[in-house]
Amino acid sequence: MARHVVARTSEIPPGGNKVVDIEGRDIVVFHVNGVFFALLNRCPHEGAPLDKAACVARLTSPEPGVYNRSRVGEMLRCPWHGWEFDMRDGQSWFDPKRFKVRSYPVVVESGEELVEGMAKGPYVAETFPVVVEDSYVIVET
Amino acid sequence: MSDVIDRPILEKEATAATRLRIVDCDIHPSLHSRADLNEFLPKRWQEHLKTYGDHLRTPYIGTTPYPRSSPIICRRDAWPPTGGPPGSDLAFMRKQHLDPYDVEFGILQVLDLFIFSQQNLEFGAAIQRAINEWQLAFWAHRDPRLRASILVGQDDTVAALAEIDRCARTGEYIQINISPRANEPLGRRRYWPIYERAQELGLPLGIHVGGYGGHAPTGGGWPSYYCEEHQSNAHTMAAQLASLVIEGVPERFPALKIVFIEGGFGWIASAMWRMDQHFARFRSEVPHLKRRPSEYVKEHFWFTTQPIDEPDEAKHLRQLIEWVGIERLLFSSDYPHWDYDDARFAFKTPLTEVERKKIFSTNARAVYKL
Repeated sequence: MARHVVARTSEIPPGGNKVVDIEGRDIVVFHVNGVFFALLNRCPHEGAPLDKAACVARLTSPEPGVYNRSRVGEMLRCPWHGWEFDMRDGQSWFDPKRFKVRSYPVVVESGEELVEGMAKGPYVAETFPVVVEDSYVIVET
Repeated sequence: MSDVIDRPILEKEATAATRLRIVDCDIHPSLHSRADLNEFLPKRWQEHLKTYGDHLRTPYIGTTPYPRSSPIICRRDAWPPTGGPPGSDLAFMRKQHLDPYDVEFGILQVLDLFIFSQQNLEFGAAIQRAINEWQLAFWAHRDPRLRASILVGQDDTVAALAEIDRCARTGEYIQINISPRANEPLGRRRYWPIYERAQELGLPLGIHVGGYGGHAPTGGGWPSYYCEEHQSNAHTMAAQLASLVIEGVPERFPALKIVFIEGGFGWIASAMWRMDQHFARFRSEVPHLKRRPSEYVKEHFWFTTQPIDEPDEAKHLRQLIEWVGIERLLFSSDYPHWDYDDARFAFKTPLTEVERKKIFSTNARAVYKL
Protein backbone atom coordinates (compact mmCIF):
# COMPACT_ATOMS: atom_id res chain seq x y z
CA MET A 1 0.00 0.00 0.00
CA ALA A 2 1.40 3.35 -1.06
CA ARG A 3 1.08 6.27 1.33
CA HIS A 4 0.59 9.77 -0.04
CA VAL A 5 0.91 12.89 2.06
CA VAL A 6 -1.74 15.10 0.46
CA ALA A 7 -2.32 18.08 2.73
CA ARG A 8 -1.74 19.76 6.03
CA THR A 9 -4.76 19.19 8.24
CA SER A 10 -5.11 22.95 8.53
CA GLU A 11 -5.48 23.24 4.76
CA ILE A 12 -8.92 21.60 4.63
CA PRO A 13 -11.41 23.37 6.88
CA PRO A 14 -14.30 21.43 8.46
CA GLY A 15 -16.98 21.01 5.80
CA GLY A 16 -14.43 21.63 3.07
CA ASN A 17 -12.54 19.37 0.72
CA LYS A 18 -9.44 19.19 -1.43
CA VAL A 19 -8.99 17.42 -4.77
CA VAL A 20 -5.60 15.75 -5.20
CA ASP A 21 -4.07 13.89 -8.11
CA ILE A 22 -2.69 10.57 -6.95
CA GLU A 23 -1.05 8.55 -9.71
CA GLY A 24 -3.38 10.01 -12.32
CA ARG A 25 -6.56 9.61 -10.31
CA ASP A 26 -8.55 12.56 -8.98
CA ILE A 27 -9.22 11.84 -5.34
CA VAL A 28 -11.27 14.14 -3.14
CA VAL A 29 -10.48 14.44 0.57
CA PHE A 30 -13.31 15.66 2.81
CA HIS A 31 -13.02 17.00 6.34
CA VAL A 32 -15.96 16.46 8.70
CA ASN A 33 -15.56 17.42 12.36
CA GLY A 34 -11.90 16.49 12.60
CA VAL A 35 -12.25 13.30 10.55
CA PHE A 36 -10.98 12.99 6.97
CA PHE A 37 -12.41 10.80 4.20
CA ALA A 38 -11.03 10.13 0.73
CA LEU A 39 -13.11 9.09 -2.30
CA LEU A 40 -12.58 8.85 -6.03
CA ASN A 41 -13.77 12.24 -7.29
CA ARG A 42 -16.29 10.83 -9.76
CA CYS A 43 -19.86 9.72 -9.39
CA PRO A 44 -20.27 6.12 -10.65
CA HIS A 45 -23.44 7.16 -12.47
CA GLU A 46 -22.33 9.70 -15.11
CA GLY A 47 -18.97 10.90 -13.78
CA ALA A 48 -19.94 14.14 -11.97
CA PRO A 49 -17.20 15.68 -9.78
CA LEU A 50 -18.01 14.83 -6.15
CA ASP A 51 -16.05 17.75 -4.71
CA LYS A 52 -19.06 19.83 -5.81
CA ALA A 53 -21.53 17.51 -4.03
CA ALA A 54 -23.75 18.79 -1.25
CA CYS A 55 -22.61 17.45 2.14
CA VAL A 56 -25.87 16.56 3.82
CA ALA A 57 -27.09 14.66 6.86
CA ARG A 58 -28.89 11.39 7.33
CA LEU A 59 -32.55 12.14 7.90
CA THR A 60 -34.79 9.56 9.50
CA SER A 61 -38.36 9.74 10.65
CA PRO A 62 -39.72 7.29 13.25
CA GLU A 63 -43.23 8.69 12.91
CA PRO A 64 -45.05 11.46 11.05
CA GLY A 65 -43.94 14.90 12.21
CA VAL A 66 -40.77 13.68 13.92
CA TYR A 67 -37.49 14.01 12.04
CA ASN A 68 -34.01 13.10 13.20
CA ARG A 69 -30.84 14.37 11.63
CA SER A 70 -27.74 12.35 12.26
CA ARG A 71 -24.26 12.04 10.77
CA VAL A 72 -24.43 15.70 9.77
CA GLY A 73 -22.15 16.49 6.83
CA GLU A 74 -21.20 12.85 6.22
CA MET A 75 -23.61 12.07 3.39
CA LEU A 76 -22.81 13.19 -0.15
CA ARG A 77 -25.45 14.26 -2.63
CA CYS A 78 -24.09 14.26 -6.19
CA PRO A 79 -24.17 17.74 -7.81
CA TRP A 80 -25.98 16.43 -10.90
CA HIS A 81 -28.65 13.80 -10.38
CA GLY A 82 -28.62 13.82 -6.59
CA TRP A 83 -27.46 10.24 -6.00
CA GLU A 84 -26.46 9.90 -2.34
CA PHE A 85 -23.38 8.21 -0.93
CA ASP A 86 -21.94 7.59 2.50
CA MET A 87 -18.71 9.55 2.81
CA ARG A 88 -17.18 6.90 5.11
CA ASP A 89 -17.15 4.05 2.62
CA GLY A 90 -18.62 5.41 -0.64
CA GLN A 91 -21.67 3.15 -0.35
CA SER A 92 -24.79 4.36 -2.09
CA TRP A 93 -27.95 4.60 -0.01
CA PHE A 94 -30.45 4.16 -2.81
CA ASP A 95 -29.02 0.95 -4.29
CA PRO A 96 -26.28 -0.33 -1.97
CA LYS A 97 -25.95 -3.66 -3.74
CA ARG A 98 -24.97 -2.13 -7.05
CA PHE A 99 -23.34 1.22 -6.55
CA LYS A 100 -20.51 2.64 -4.54
CA VAL A 101 -17.82 5.25 -4.96
CA ARG A 102 -14.33 3.89 -4.44
CA SER A 103 -13.04 5.03 -1.07
CA TYR A 104 -9.50 5.09 0.32
CA PRO A 105 -8.20 4.81 3.89
CA VAL A 106 -7.08 8.10 5.38
CA VAL A 107 -4.88 8.67 8.41
CA VAL A 108 -3.69 11.81 10.13
CA GLU A 109 -0.18 11.85 11.49
CA SER A 110 1.90 14.53 13.07
CA GLY A 111 4.92 15.74 11.15
CA GLU A 112 7.11 14.21 13.84
CA GLU A 113 5.61 10.74 13.37
CA LEU A 114 5.93 11.07 9.63
CA VAL A 115 9.62 11.91 9.78
CA GLU A 116 10.25 9.03 12.15
CA GLY A 117 8.34 6.64 9.92
CA MET A 118 10.58 7.30 6.92
CA ALA A 119 12.99 4.47 6.07
CA LYS A 120 16.49 5.08 7.32
CA GLY A 121 19.31 5.15 4.79
CA PRO A 122 22.78 3.78 5.44
CA TYR A 123 24.54 7.11 5.83
CA VAL A 124 24.36 9.59 8.63
CA ALA A 125 25.18 13.22 7.88
CA GLU A 126 25.64 16.08 10.25
CA THR A 127 22.22 16.90 11.65
CA PHE A 128 20.36 19.97 12.74
CA PRO A 129 17.37 19.85 15.04
CA VAL A 130 14.10 20.20 13.11
CA VAL A 131 10.71 20.59 14.72
CA VAL A 132 7.68 19.61 12.68
CA GLU A 133 4.68 21.10 14.37
CA ASP A 134 1.87 20.61 11.91
CA SER A 135 -0.03 17.41 11.24
CA TYR A 136 -0.70 15.90 7.82
CA VAL A 137 -3.43 14.04 5.96
CA ILE A 138 -2.24 10.79 4.38
CA VAL A 139 -4.25 8.86 1.78
CA GLU A 140 -3.44 5.19 1.31
CA THR A 141 -3.93 3.62 -2.11
CA MET B 1 -26.66 -7.49 -11.83
CA SER B 2 -24.57 -8.38 -8.82
CA ASP B 3 -21.32 -6.57 -9.56
CA VAL B 4 -20.78 -3.49 -7.47
CA ILE B 5 -20.05 -0.61 -9.80
CA ASP B 6 -17.51 1.73 -8.30
CA ARG B 7 -16.55 3.62 -11.41
CA PRO B 8 -18.49 5.10 -14.33
CA ILE B 9 -19.49 2.17 -16.47
CA LEU B 10 -18.61 1.87 -20.14
CA GLU B 11 -15.49 3.85 -19.46
CA LYS B 12 -13.69 2.13 -22.32
CA GLU B 13 -16.06 3.71 -24.78
CA ALA B 14 -15.28 7.14 -23.39
CA THR B 15 -12.23 7.53 -25.58
CA ALA B 16 -14.26 6.95 -28.71
CA ALA B 17 -17.00 9.35 -27.60
CA THR B 18 -14.66 12.13 -26.69
CA ARG B 19 -12.74 11.76 -29.95
CA LEU B 20 -16.00 12.30 -31.78
CA ARG B 21 -17.01 15.94 -32.09
CA ILE B 22 -20.59 16.10 -30.91
CA VAL B 23 -23.71 18.08 -31.65
CA ASP B 24 -25.56 18.91 -28.45
CA CYS B 25 -29.18 19.69 -29.30
CA ASP B 26 -30.20 21.12 -25.93
CA ILE B 27 -28.09 23.76 -24.18
CA HIS B 28 -29.74 26.33 -21.94
CA PRO B 29 -28.19 29.77 -21.93
CA SER B 30 -29.45 32.06 -19.21
CA LEU B 31 -29.79 35.79 -18.70
CA HIS B 32 -27.22 37.13 -16.25
CA SER B 33 -29.93 39.53 -15.22
CA ARG B 34 -33.09 40.78 -16.85
CA ALA B 35 -31.29 44.04 -17.57
CA ASP B 36 -29.43 42.12 -20.32
CA LEU B 37 -32.62 42.43 -22.36
CA ASN B 38 -32.91 46.21 -22.05
CA GLU B 39 -30.99 46.95 -25.21
CA PHE B 40 -33.45 44.80 -27.16
CA LEU B 41 -36.62 45.81 -25.36
CA PRO B 42 -38.53 49.07 -25.99
CA LYS B 43 -38.73 51.37 -22.96
CA ARG B 44 -42.47 50.76 -22.73
CA TRP B 45 -41.94 47.03 -22.11
CA GLN B 46 -38.97 47.53 -19.82
CA GLU B 47 -41.28 49.64 -17.66
CA HIS B 48 -43.99 47.02 -17.91
CA LEU B 49 -41.63 44.26 -16.78
CA LYS B 50 -40.46 46.40 -13.85
CA THR B 51 -43.93 47.46 -12.79
CA TYR B 52 -46.10 44.43 -13.48
CA GLY B 53 -43.61 41.59 -13.78
CA ASP B 54 -44.19 38.63 -16.05
CA HIS B 55 -47.21 36.40 -15.66
CA LEU B 56 -47.39 32.91 -17.03
CA ARG B 57 -50.49 30.78 -17.46
CA THR B 58 -50.01 29.26 -14.02
CA PRO B 59 -51.15 30.40 -10.59
CA TYR B 60 -47.57 30.82 -9.36
CA ILE B 61 -45.49 33.96 -9.71
CA GLY B 62 -41.71 34.10 -9.57
CA THR B 63 -41.34 30.39 -8.93
CA THR B 64 -42.20 27.04 -10.43
CA PRO B 65 -45.35 25.26 -9.26
CA TYR B 66 -43.23 22.36 -7.99
CA PRO B 67 -40.04 22.57 -5.91
CA ARG B 68 -37.18 21.39 -8.12
CA SER B 69 -34.49 19.06 -6.84
CA SER B 70 -31.82 21.76 -6.87
CA PRO B 71 -31.74 25.55 -6.99
CA ILE B 72 -33.21 26.83 -10.29
CA ILE B 73 -33.15 23.26 -11.64
CA CYS B 74 -29.37 23.38 -12.12
CA ARG B 75 -26.29 21.28 -11.55
CA ARG B 76 -24.66 22.37 -8.31
CA ASP B 77 -21.29 22.62 -10.03
CA ALA B 78 -22.57 24.85 -12.86
CA TRP B 79 -22.72 28.15 -10.97
CA PRO B 80 -20.14 30.41 -12.65
CA PRO B 81 -17.32 31.57 -10.34
CA THR B 82 -17.91 35.09 -11.66
CA GLY B 83 -21.47 35.14 -10.29
CA GLY B 84 -24.82 35.00 -12.03
CA PRO B 85 -26.97 31.92 -12.59
CA PRO B 86 -25.78 28.72 -14.31
CA GLY B 87 -25.65 29.10 -18.08
CA SER B 88 -25.15 32.88 -17.93
CA ASP B 89 -21.37 33.00 -18.42
CA LEU B 90 -20.09 31.96 -21.85
CA ALA B 91 -16.48 31.57 -20.70
CA PHE B 92 -17.54 29.16 -17.95
CA MET B 93 -19.88 27.28 -20.31
CA ARG B 94 -16.96 26.80 -22.67
CA LYS B 95 -14.67 25.60 -19.91
CA GLN B 96 -17.17 23.27 -18.26
CA HIS B 97 -19.06 21.91 -21.24
CA LEU B 98 -18.29 23.04 -24.81
CA ASP B 99 -14.51 22.48 -24.76
CA PRO B 100 -14.08 19.29 -22.71
CA TYR B 101 -16.87 17.48 -24.57
CA ASP B 102 -15.68 18.75 -27.93
CA VAL B 103 -19.06 20.22 -28.84
CA GLU B 104 -18.99 21.07 -32.53
CA PHE B 105 -22.46 22.65 -32.49
CA GLY B 106 -24.63 23.48 -29.50
CA ILE B 107 -28.26 24.35 -30.07
CA LEU B 108 -29.61 27.00 -27.73
CA GLN B 109 -32.94 26.48 -26.01
CA VAL B 110 -33.96 29.53 -24.02
CA LEU B 111 -36.34 29.10 -21.10
CA ASP B 112 -35.89 32.50 -19.45
CA LEU B 113 -39.16 34.41 -19.08
CA PHE B 114 -40.83 31.51 -20.85
CA ILE B 115 -42.13 33.59 -23.72
CA PHE B 116 -44.48 30.85 -24.94
CA SER B 117 -46.72 31.06 -21.88
CA GLN B 118 -46.91 34.79 -21.21
CA GLN B 119 -50.50 35.76 -20.46
CA ASN B 120 -50.08 39.26 -21.86
CA LEU B 121 -49.65 38.49 -25.55
CA GLU B 122 -48.26 41.89 -26.50
CA PHE B 123 -45.69 41.69 -23.75
CA GLY B 124 -44.94 38.13 -24.89
CA ALA B 125 -44.33 39.34 -28.44
CA ALA B 126 -41.94 42.07 -27.24
CA ILE B 127 -40.08 39.63 -25.01
CA GLN B 128 -39.77 36.96 -27.70
CA ARG B 129 -38.19 39.46 -30.03
CA ALA B 130 -35.78 40.64 -27.31
CA ILE B 131 -34.84 37.07 -26.40
CA ASN B 132 -34.27 36.16 -30.04
CA GLU B 133 -31.96 39.15 -30.52
CA TRP B 134 -30.18 38.46 -27.24
CA GLN B 135 -29.43 34.87 -28.37
CA LEU B 136 -27.48 36.21 -31.33
CA ALA B 137 -25.76 39.13 -29.61
CA PHE B 138 -24.80 37.37 -26.37
CA TRP B 139 -24.23 33.82 -27.63
CA ALA B 140 -24.20 32.91 -31.32
CA HIS B 141 -22.12 35.93 -32.34
CA ARG B 142 -19.67 35.33 -29.53
CA ASP B 143 -19.18 31.62 -30.13
CA PRO B 144 -19.76 30.22 -33.63
CA ARG B 145 -20.51 26.77 -32.20
CA LEU B 146 -23.72 28.02 -30.61
CA ARG B 147 -26.82 28.18 -32.80
CA ALA B 148 -29.94 30.17 -32.01
CA SER B 149 -33.60 29.18 -32.31
CA ILE B 150 -36.52 31.45 -33.20
CA LEU B 151 -38.74 31.40 -30.11
CA VAL B 152 -42.37 32.19 -30.77
CA GLY B 153 -45.49 32.01 -28.65
CA GLN B 154 -47.83 30.12 -30.94
CA ASP B 155 -51.06 31.27 -29.32
CA ASP B 156 -50.59 34.67 -30.95
CA THR B 157 -50.07 33.21 -34.40
CA VAL B 158 -49.94 36.55 -36.21
CA ALA B 159 -47.17 37.88 -33.97
CA ALA B 160 -45.41 34.52 -34.22
CA LEU B 161 -45.35 34.65 -38.02
CA ALA B 162 -44.04 38.23 -38.02
CA GLU B 163 -41.24 37.25 -35.66
CA ILE B 164 -40.38 34.13 -37.68
CA ASP B 165 -40.10 36.24 -40.83
CA ARG B 166 -38.00 38.90 -39.11
CA CYS B 167 -35.56 36.32 -37.74
CA ALA B 168 -35.48 34.17 -40.87
CA ARG B 169 -34.32 37.16 -42.92
CA THR B 170 -31.08 37.20 -40.91
CA GLY B 171 -30.34 33.63 -41.99
CA GLU B 172 -28.82 32.99 -38.57
CA TYR B 173 -31.39 30.84 -36.81
CA ILE B 174 -31.57 27.08 -37.25
CA GLN B 175 -35.05 26.19 -35.98
CA ILE B 176 -38.41 27.56 -34.86
CA ASN B 177 -39.31 26.81 -31.24
CA ILE B 178 -42.85 26.52 -29.95
CA SER B 179 -44.12 25.10 -26.65
CA PRO B 180 -45.74 21.69 -26.20
CA ARG B 181 -48.15 23.27 -23.70
CA ALA B 182 -50.28 25.80 -25.52
CA ASN B 183 -53.94 26.73 -25.35
CA GLU B 184 -54.87 23.82 -27.62
CA PRO B 185 -53.23 20.59 -28.76
CA LEU B 186 -50.51 21.29 -31.32
CA GLY B 187 -52.24 19.56 -34.20
CA ARG B 188 -55.12 22.08 -34.19
CA ARG B 189 -55.45 24.18 -37.32
CA ARG B 190 -55.01 27.52 -35.57
CA TYR B 191 -51.29 26.64 -35.41
CA TRP B 192 -50.95 25.46 -39.01
CA PRO B 193 -49.78 28.81 -40.41
CA ILE B 194 -46.64 28.39 -38.28
CA TYR B 195 -46.05 24.89 -39.66
CA GLU B 196 -46.61 26.15 -43.17
CA ARG B 197 -44.02 28.89 -42.70
CA ALA B 198 -41.55 26.47 -41.13
CA GLN B 199 -41.89 24.22 -44.15
CA GLU B 200 -41.47 27.12 -46.58
CA LEU B 201 -38.36 28.30 -44.80
CA GLY B 202 -36.95 24.79 -44.43
CA LEU B 203 -36.54 25.31 -40.69
CA PRO B 204 -37.27 22.41 -38.31
CA LEU B 205 -39.86 22.92 -35.63
CA GLY B 206 -38.26 22.41 -32.17
CA ILE B 207 -40.58 21.56 -29.31
CA HIS B 208 -38.92 21.62 -25.88
CA VAL B 209 -40.76 20.26 -22.83
CA GLY B 210 -42.29 22.58 -20.27
CA GLY B 211 -44.58 25.53 -20.30
CA TYR B 212 -47.99 26.45 -19.03
CA GLY B 213 -50.88 26.26 -21.43
CA GLY B 214 -53.43 27.09 -18.78
CA HIS B 215 -54.24 23.41 -18.26
CA ALA B 216 -53.12 20.86 -15.69
CA PRO B 217 -49.81 19.36 -16.83
CA THR B 218 -51.26 15.84 -17.00
CA GLY B 219 -54.44 14.47 -18.49
CA GLY B 220 -55.22 13.23 -14.97
CA GLY B 221 -55.06 16.64 -13.32
CA TRP B 222 -52.57 18.38 -11.04
CA PRO B 223 -49.72 16.22 -9.67
CA SER B 224 -48.75 16.47 -6.00
CA TYR B 225 -44.98 16.17 -6.26
CA TYR B 226 -42.11 17.28 -8.50
CA CYS B 227 -41.20 13.61 -8.84
CA GLU B 228 -44.68 13.03 -10.20
CA GLU B 229 -44.90 16.18 -12.29
CA HIS B 230 -41.58 15.39 -13.98
CA GLN B 231 -43.23 12.32 -15.58
CA SER B 232 -45.69 14.63 -17.29
CA ASN B 233 -43.01 15.91 -19.68
CA ALA B 234 -43.18 12.59 -21.49
CA HIS B 235 -46.99 12.39 -21.23
CA THR B 236 -47.34 15.83 -22.80
CA MET B 237 -45.02 14.93 -25.64
CA ALA B 238 -46.92 11.69 -26.27
CA ALA B 239 -50.19 13.62 -26.42
CA GLN B 240 -48.68 16.14 -28.86
CA LEU B 241 -47.20 13.43 -31.05
CA ALA B 242 -50.68 11.91 -31.41
CA SER B 243 -52.25 15.32 -32.00
CA LEU B 244 -49.78 16.37 -34.69
CA VAL B 245 -49.88 13.05 -36.51
CA ILE B 246 -53.61 12.33 -36.30
CA GLU B 247 -54.74 15.88 -37.05
CA GLY B 248 -52.70 15.41 -40.23
CA VAL B 249 -49.85 17.92 -39.86
CA PRO B 250 -47.16 15.75 -41.51
CA GLU B 251 -49.66 14.71 -44.19
CA ARG B 252 -50.47 18.36 -44.95
CA PHE B 253 -46.82 19.56 -44.69
CA PRO B 254 -44.76 16.74 -46.18
CA ALA B 255 -41.43 18.55 -45.89
CA LEU B 256 -41.90 19.63 -42.26
CA LYS B 257 -39.32 18.36 -39.76
CA ILE B 258 -40.25 18.22 -36.08
CA VAL B 259 -37.80 17.76 -33.20
CA PHE B 260 -39.10 16.80 -29.75
CA ILE B 261 -36.65 18.07 -27.16
CA GLU B 262 -36.16 16.69 -23.64
CA GLY B 263 -39.13 14.35 -23.79
CA GLY B 264 -36.92 11.25 -23.78
CA PHE B 265 -37.68 8.41 -26.17
CA GLY B 266 -38.72 5.38 -24.12
CA TRP B 267 -42.44 5.92 -24.77
CA ILE B 268 -42.30 6.39 -28.54
CA ALA B 269 -42.42 2.79 -29.68
CA SER B 270 -45.55 2.10 -27.68
CA ALA B 271 -47.16 5.32 -28.95
CA MET B 272 -46.49 4.29 -32.55
CA TRP B 273 -47.80 0.75 -32.06
CA ARG B 274 -50.94 2.03 -30.41
CA MET B 275 -51.63 4.65 -33.07
CA ASP B 276 -51.14 2.08 -35.82
CA GLN B 277 -53.42 -0.40 -34.10
CA HIS B 278 -56.20 2.16 -33.74
CA PHE B 279 -55.65 3.48 -37.24
CA ALA B 280 -56.16 -0.02 -38.61
CA ARG B 281 -59.60 -0.13 -37.02
CA PHE B 282 -60.72 3.51 -37.23
CA ARG B 283 -59.14 4.83 -40.38
CA SER B 284 -62.57 5.80 -41.73
CA GLU B 285 -62.78 8.34 -38.90
CA VAL B 286 -59.54 10.04 -40.06
CA PRO B 287 -59.61 9.67 -43.85
CA HIS B 288 -57.19 12.60 -44.22
CA LEU B 289 -54.41 10.23 -43.11
CA LYS B 290 -53.01 8.34 -46.08
CA ARG B 291 -50.43 6.26 -44.24
CA ARG B 292 -50.02 4.48 -40.92
CA PRO B 293 -49.21 6.93 -38.10
CA SER B 294 -45.83 5.30 -37.41
CA GLU B 295 -44.76 6.03 -40.97
CA TYR B 296 -45.24 9.74 -40.37
CA VAL B 297 -43.34 9.51 -37.11
CA LYS B 298 -40.42 7.73 -38.74
CA GLU B 299 -40.15 10.29 -41.49
CA HIS B 300 -40.99 13.63 -39.85
CA PHE B 301 -40.00 13.40 -36.20
CA TRP B 302 -36.70 13.34 -34.33
CA PHE B 303 -36.20 12.96 -30.59
CA THR B 304 -33.40 14.25 -28.38
CA THR B 305 -32.03 11.64 -26.01
CA GLN B 306 -31.95 13.35 -22.61
CA PRO B 307 -33.19 12.46 -20.04
CA ILE B 308 -32.14 9.02 -21.13
CA ASP B 309 -34.05 6.06 -19.75
CA GLU B 310 -32.13 3.95 -17.26
CA PRO B 311 -33.65 0.48 -17.13
CA ASP B 312 -32.13 -1.94 -14.62
CA GLU B 313 -30.83 -4.06 -17.47
CA ALA B 314 -28.74 -2.29 -20.10
CA LYS B 315 -30.05 -4.54 -22.87
CA HIS B 316 -33.49 -3.02 -22.41
CA LEU B 317 -32.12 0.42 -23.31
CA ARG B 318 -30.67 -1.13 -26.43
CA GLN B 319 -34.12 -2.48 -27.25
CA LEU B 320 -35.74 0.96 -26.80
CA ILE B 321 -33.17 2.52 -29.14
CA GLU B 322 -33.81 -0.09 -31.81
CA TRP B 323 -37.59 0.26 -31.54
CA VAL B 324 -37.43 4.01 -32.13
CA GLY B 325 -34.59 3.72 -34.66
CA ILE B 326 -31.03 5.07 -34.44
CA GLU B 327 -31.86 7.54 -37.25
CA ARG B 328 -34.45 9.31 -35.12
CA LEU B 329 -32.22 10.11 -32.12
CA LEU B 330 -30.26 13.30 -31.51
CA PHE B 331 -27.91 13.59 -28.55
CA SER B 332 -28.65 16.32 -26.02
CA SER B 333 -27.09 17.14 -22.65
CA ASP B 334 -29.52 19.70 -21.15
CA TYR B 335 -26.53 21.65 -19.78
CA PRO B 336 -26.58 23.17 -17.13
CA HIS B 337 -29.68 21.53 -15.66
CA TRP B 338 -29.51 18.97 -12.88
CA ASP B 339 -30.64 16.07 -15.04
CA TYR B 340 -27.76 16.68 -17.44
CA ASP B 341 -26.63 13.70 -19.53
CA ASP B 342 -22.88 13.25 -19.87
CA ALA B 343 -21.92 12.42 -23.48
CA ARG B 344 -19.37 9.87 -22.25
CA PHE B 345 -21.48 7.91 -19.81
CA ALA B 346 -25.18 8.45 -20.53
CA PHE B 347 -25.59 5.51 -22.91
CA LYS B 348 -25.13 2.53 -20.66
CA THR B 349 -25.45 0.07 -23.51
CA PRO B 350 -22.84 -0.59 -26.18
CA LEU B 351 -23.16 1.31 -29.45
CA THR B 352 -21.10 0.67 -32.57
CA GLU B 353 -18.94 3.48 -33.88
CA VAL B 354 -21.41 4.02 -36.72
CA GLU B 355 -24.40 4.19 -34.38
CA ARG B 356 -22.58 6.52 -32.03
CA LYS B 357 -21.68 8.84 -34.87
CA LYS B 358 -25.29 9.04 -36.00
CA ILE B 359 -26.72 9.80 -32.55
CA PHE B 360 -23.98 12.21 -31.51
CA SER B 361 -23.45 14.03 -34.77
CA THR B 362 -24.66 13.16 -38.26
CA ASN B 363 -28.40 12.86 -37.52
CA ALA B 364 -28.46 16.39 -36.06
CA ARG B 365 -26.24 17.78 -38.79
CA ALA B 366 -28.71 16.51 -41.39
CA VAL B 367 -31.85 17.75 -39.59
CA TYR B 368 -30.43 21.21 -38.90
CA LYS B 369 -28.28 21.40 -42.06
CA LEU B 370 -25.18 22.12 -39.99
